[in-house]
Amino acid sequence: MVRPVSNAGPAAHADTGAVDASTRWPVLLFLLSSLGWLLVATVLALITSLKSHTPDFLAGEAWLTYGRVSAAGLNALVYGWSSNAALAVTFWLMARLSRAPLRFGGVLVVAGGFWNLGLTLGVIGILAGDSTAAPWLEMPAYATPLLFVAYALVAVWAVVTFRYRRLAQVYVSQWYLLAALFCFPWIYSIAQVMVVFDPARGVVQSLVNWWYVNNLIALWFMPVGLAAAYYFIPKVLGKPIHSYYLSALGFWSLLIFGSWTGPDHLIGGPVPAWVISAGIAASVMMLIPVAVTAVNLHLTMLGSFRALRVSPTLRFVVVGGVNFTLVSLVGTAMSVRSVSEITHFTHFSEAHVLQGMYGFFAMVMFGAFYYLLPRLLLKEWPSAVLIRVHFWAAVLGSTLYWLALSIGGWIQGQEMNAATVPFLEVVQHTLPWLFAGSVAWIILAIGHLAFVINVVWMLLAQRPAGATVPTLFPNPPAMQGVSGP
Amino acid sequence: MNRGPLLFLGILAAVAFSWVGLVLTGEIQSGGLTPYYDQAEGKLYPEKPSGQAGQGRLVYEDLGCAACHTQQVRRPGFGTDEARGWGTRQSVARDYLYEPRVLLGSLRTGPDLRNIGARQTSADWHYLHLYDPQLTSPGSVMPPARFLFAYRKVVGQPSPLALKLPGDYARQHGLDRPGYELVPTPRAEALVAYLLALNDPYTFPEAKPYEPAPPKKGGA
Repeated sequence: MVRPVSNAGPAAHADTGAVDASTRWPVLLFLLSSLGWLLVATVLALITSLKSHTPDFLAGEAWLTYGRVSAAGLNALVYGWSSNAALAVTFWLMARLSRAPLRFGGVLVVAGGFWNLGLTLGVIGILAGDSTAAPWLEMPAYATPLLFVAYALVAVWAVVTFRYRRLAQVYVSQWYLLAALFCFPWIYSIAQVMVVFDPARGVVQSLVNWWYVNNLIALWFMPVGLAAAYYFIPKVLGKPIHSYYLSALGFWSLLIFGSWTGPDHLIGGPVPAWVISAGIAASVMMLIPVAVTAVNLHLTMLGSFRALRVSPTLRFVVVGGVNFTLVSLVGTAMSVRSVSEITHFTHFSEAHVLQGMYGFFAMVMFGAFYYLLPRLLLKEWPSAVLIRVHFWAAVLGSTLYWLALSIGGWIQGQEMNAATVPFLEVVQHTLPWLFAGSVAWIILAIGHLAFVINVVWMLLAQRPAGATVPTLFPNPPAMQGVSGP
Repeated sequence: MNRGPLLFLGILAAVAFSWVGLVLTGEIQSGGLTPYYDQAEGKLYPEKPSGQAGQGRLVYEDLGCAACHTQQVRRPGFGTDEARGWGTRQSVARDYLYEPRVLLGSLRTGPDLRNIGARQTSADWHYLHLYDPQLTSPGSVMPPARFLFAYRKVVGQPSPLALKLPGDYARQHGLDRPGYELVPTPRAEALVAYLLALNDPYTFPEAKPYEPAPPKKGGA
């Protein structure tokens, strides 16, 4: 029988193929759900974007009005695509890094059912007019308990799996995954109680709300994204991560400073000034984890950039890593009061959030999917062309969106701060940039379609006789501290 | 960091630190805020909104108006909120005491609405603006909320709330049938009641602009 933290030699380690196979159903469930939600989010975001410059588009019905569609799209993106993808990758990585087959997969399948049922109810609820109107917490109170049940199941499962790990050494990706799995239920339940079920009085509510939004990014999506980056970059290259000490510094500084940056969203607002100052200080300190992580990943990549040509996983993850650094640096700049005076309340800050969720997080998740799907299905990716279309559409689309709305938002902020420019003129001057945003969403949609077609094609394709490991992405040589053979 | 429990405790401590620092301290400092009693007027501020305005706030929430409109006026010298006529003083925590959902907002695709009730005092203006923003604000990107209105046959007396559409507009959009009128639904009435009530007329002591002490008389 398996003992927790067994120190047995490599012979006792489960075969990697068997570990992968044990994760198949739960990971596939979350992964395919995430793709479904990615399509839903893309459609809703595209409608939102078109409405932003053409207000008469689909304006006849209340359920399609701008405020509802944009909230529904955000929730589909954050909780549907991003969180489902995060959980799929987390389960797979946890099993691999623990070198133990995934146990109690049935619990995860039930959790997946609850999660997606709650989410479906929630998104339909928003469109039907039951939104709570709290940023990032719009899903109505009748839907969110289902999400919480799902998450409780996941958390219990994670603790049990970690306890039964067969490798005493805990790799950096596991720190991040444990932090993410542990932080999400905490911040989510606090936000639900203090904002939705028993709202805090007055502006404390907004403080909790933005504390939550910020921590959802800093303590849930960032750790999962970085865990994947810390796993896949060394894995694909077949060499260890550059520095263990930098990893540890990056990890703890992200947890400590990242969790304090929420008040940046309230600069100039009716909350105590010290709260905002604390948020700004934390944002500046965020330079430490960002620089450390960027340097560590870059030095790991150094000398191996040629591998970008052959591995789609590496390509997506590295672009995600670069975006992580860029978005974080811009985030720190935006927290400075004199910059915030311009960027706050404009498309600049909206685009910044999306670039974090897409340019960094979604990119890393795509990269992870390209690695793990062939191993789950024991099949090849059917089309290299579709992978290329997906990659370039994702890079072009997200970059175009970020650039266009950042420039447009900056102009918007400058003009709003010049009281001589009438407000309607400010609005008019943002239109070309918003239009470019719609073009960007169309490009992103093409990429998502290519990706989904490739996945469905792969699912339907015959498995080659006798296949036990995929050939397109052979397992690299064993390496220290990452994973076994 | 190979020990699970230590790792776990470290993560717990980090999040607890942020929770205590921002959420709990914020609650202790601002959660117990009370209304301000003005001795001269013998009244408590802020005033509680009417029931209909409360209903209207729910419409504002469910349509997602807060996606594009903020409700917070920044202090003079930080942005141009006052110069744009969005308020005569900065918003302070006490303003939001009676709001079950604090709708500060984070994007100004549209103007700030904290004092819209003081800027646009006419219900007719708001009805026209909601029905088709181009009627009152040409070039606006606000979505029309035509679903908040009903085009119906006049029964008995014409409704006093019926929209006063410009003749050309009514003709172009087929809204000029004799004996018919375009009226706001109860949801539109509530929303407009809310918008008209959005106003922070009272200046709390903490909201007064900072005035440097007068320079000392005399000296050299």
